Amino acid sequence: MVPLAHILALSVILFGLGAAGFVFRRNIITIFMCIELMLNAVNLAFIGFSRYLGNLDGQIFAFFVIVVAAAEAAVGLAIIIAVYRNRGSLSIDDFDSMKL
Amino acid sequence: MATGSNMPLLLLAILAKVGVVLLVLLTTIAYAVWLERKVVARIQSRWGPYLVGPHGLLQPVADALKIFFKEDIVPTEVDRVVYCLAPFLAFSLALLSISVIPFGESVTIGGATIHFQITDLNVGLLFVFAVTSLGVYGVALAGWSSNSKYSLLGGLRSSAQMISYELSLGLGVVGVVMLAGSLSLREIVEHQSGLWNVFVQPVGFLIYFTAAVAETNRVPFDLPEGESELVGGFHTEYSSFKFAMFFMAEYANIVTVSCLATLLFFGGWLGPVFGPPLLRALLPVFWFCLKVFCFLFLYIWIRGTLPRFRYDQLMAFGWKFLLPLGLLNVLVTSLVLAWRST
Amino acid sequence: MMLPQIAFFFLSAVTLISAVMVITRRNAVHSIIWLIVTLFSVGGIFLTLHAEFLFAVQVILYVGGIMVLFLFVVMLVNLDVALKQAQFNRQWQVALVTALVLMAELGYGIYRGHQGFTLAQVTATPMSGGNTQAVGLALYQDYMLAVEIASVLLLVAMVGAVIMAKRKIE
Repeated sequence: MVPLAHILALSVILFGLGAAGFVFRRNIITIFMCIELMLNAVNLAFIGFSRYLGNLDGQIFAFFVIVVAAAEAAVGLAIIIAVYRNRGSLSIDDFDSMKL
Repeated sequence: MATGSNMPLLLLAILAKVGVVLLVLLTTIAYAVWLERKVVARIQSRWGPYLVGPHGLLQPVADALKIFFKEDIVPTEVDRVVYCLAPFLAFSLALLSISVIPFGESVTIGGATIHFQITDLNVGLLFVFAVTSLGVYGVALAGWSSNSKYSLLGGLRSSAQMISYELSLGLGVVGVVMLAGSLSLREIVEHQSGLWNVFVQPVGFLIYFTAAVAETNRVPFDLPEGESELVGGFHTEYSSFKFAMFFMAEYANIVTVSCLATLLFFGGWLGPVFGPPLLRALLPVFWFCLKVFCFLFLYIWIRGTLPRFRYDQLMAFGWKFLLPLGLLNVLVTSLVLAWRST
Repeated sequence: MMLPQIAFFFLSAVTLISAVMVITRRNAVHSIIWLIVTLFSVGGIFLTLHAEFLFAVQVILYVGGIMVLFLFVVMLVNLDVALKQAQFNRQWQVALVTALVLMAELGYGIYRGHQGFTLAQVTATPMSGGNTQAVGLALYQDYMLAVEIASVLLLVAMVGAVIMAKRKIE
């Protein structure tokens, strides 16, 4: 059996990659995908814990994380479409109308 | 396949089974095309393919030869990798779901048990739906990567259609799953030994079949390739072998949904079994194939009969009629089950 | 090495490589395809951890639902403009350092708590009726209220998405 520490390490690296992409990128769609990466890293940790603690709660929690991810993606992508329609761009540098 | 502890032999047996199933599936696909051309021709008072072989029986071979020797055109402005990936994706996903379909009862011949199935998953139905939900990628990616407006519109339309009808497809089946209390296709079939599900769940069957026709992008829901408005839909820019892969994927999907309809609603391989042991072993497979053939014929019949829907009609039908009906069916089924269990 | 270990290391390699591809690709559609690869390999790790139902949910909901939504949005917007713009932030060095610090911090936490994780090796109790049934029972018995709340959340998100993406609001 794979030690839990390995799974958590993978989860941390995946989360770090997601976080890095989130702050690196300018394309708002890619930024959204980085959020999905981070959520997946969290799910991985949950399921690892669930396996090693021998109960299902982690899996249930991961399930709810996926549900929330679906809701988030639907609303977020709708926002992207609305913003794109107004601004004609996907770069977050162009979404600065609140700036002084 | 074999119950012995012989590992290489077991592996060989599995490989042989995969090979046989794929061979049968591909032959079925080829002759489904021939059958379609013949039947539609009869419906339209024509003869259909007649020149190659008796009654045009060798036409699939001729078609295959023709399509393999055509020039494979990759337009310059396409996204090359995705453009080449899409047909492979569509085709392999279409072939994948056949792996959990059971074709007949397990038989024991000379101490070896033979399952007429590649793998027996206890969540086989879930697997099929997972694979079906991925089928949309082949279409969407093909439409996008071709970099052509007709392809893009066709891809958008068919992926929207596939996503919408997937929900109804799933809801139509939920009733059956509740009745059988299992997601294993084998157990669902065994549960129907008394009465076929189509008599218990007629609404569920109608929802499933309508959604399945839409899911496979067939007439009357073949908007994606509405020739009069979209040229060729998502595969406008495809030619030769890549086009053939989309074509074969479509027919493989038809075979899969027909198999699934047979298993879920028409008792799978159940039917009168008699005669000597060998016949007894093969009759279930025969019944299964017969039922699947009836579904294939029904598909072609529908194609020859019905006109195409308009796009907004298609969407309205899926979301405003089929989906609420599916929910209602689930509700009624669960109420009846709860009432019966008290 | 045992088979589970090999599978785990292979899948994690695929996961990490494809995750790097996700955050570095210029074209959003390529990012999406790589993200699908990531999701599949994470799902594969779920399988090695005996979470079959979560694997199915991952494939049906994530790959078959959410990622299709992404692909749809990308097909609706014009990517040609985005391709010509700069891909990375001006402060990307700062961002890189921050991300590395975050990773190091989490890694350190895991390293310190390392001993705590070794306690429960007794598991591997196969649930009767399979993982799907167990998760289903847990969801509809112990987590009834949470399921209801989640479904309300989805409804709200759905209505919100439709209203926001609509062309004109009277």
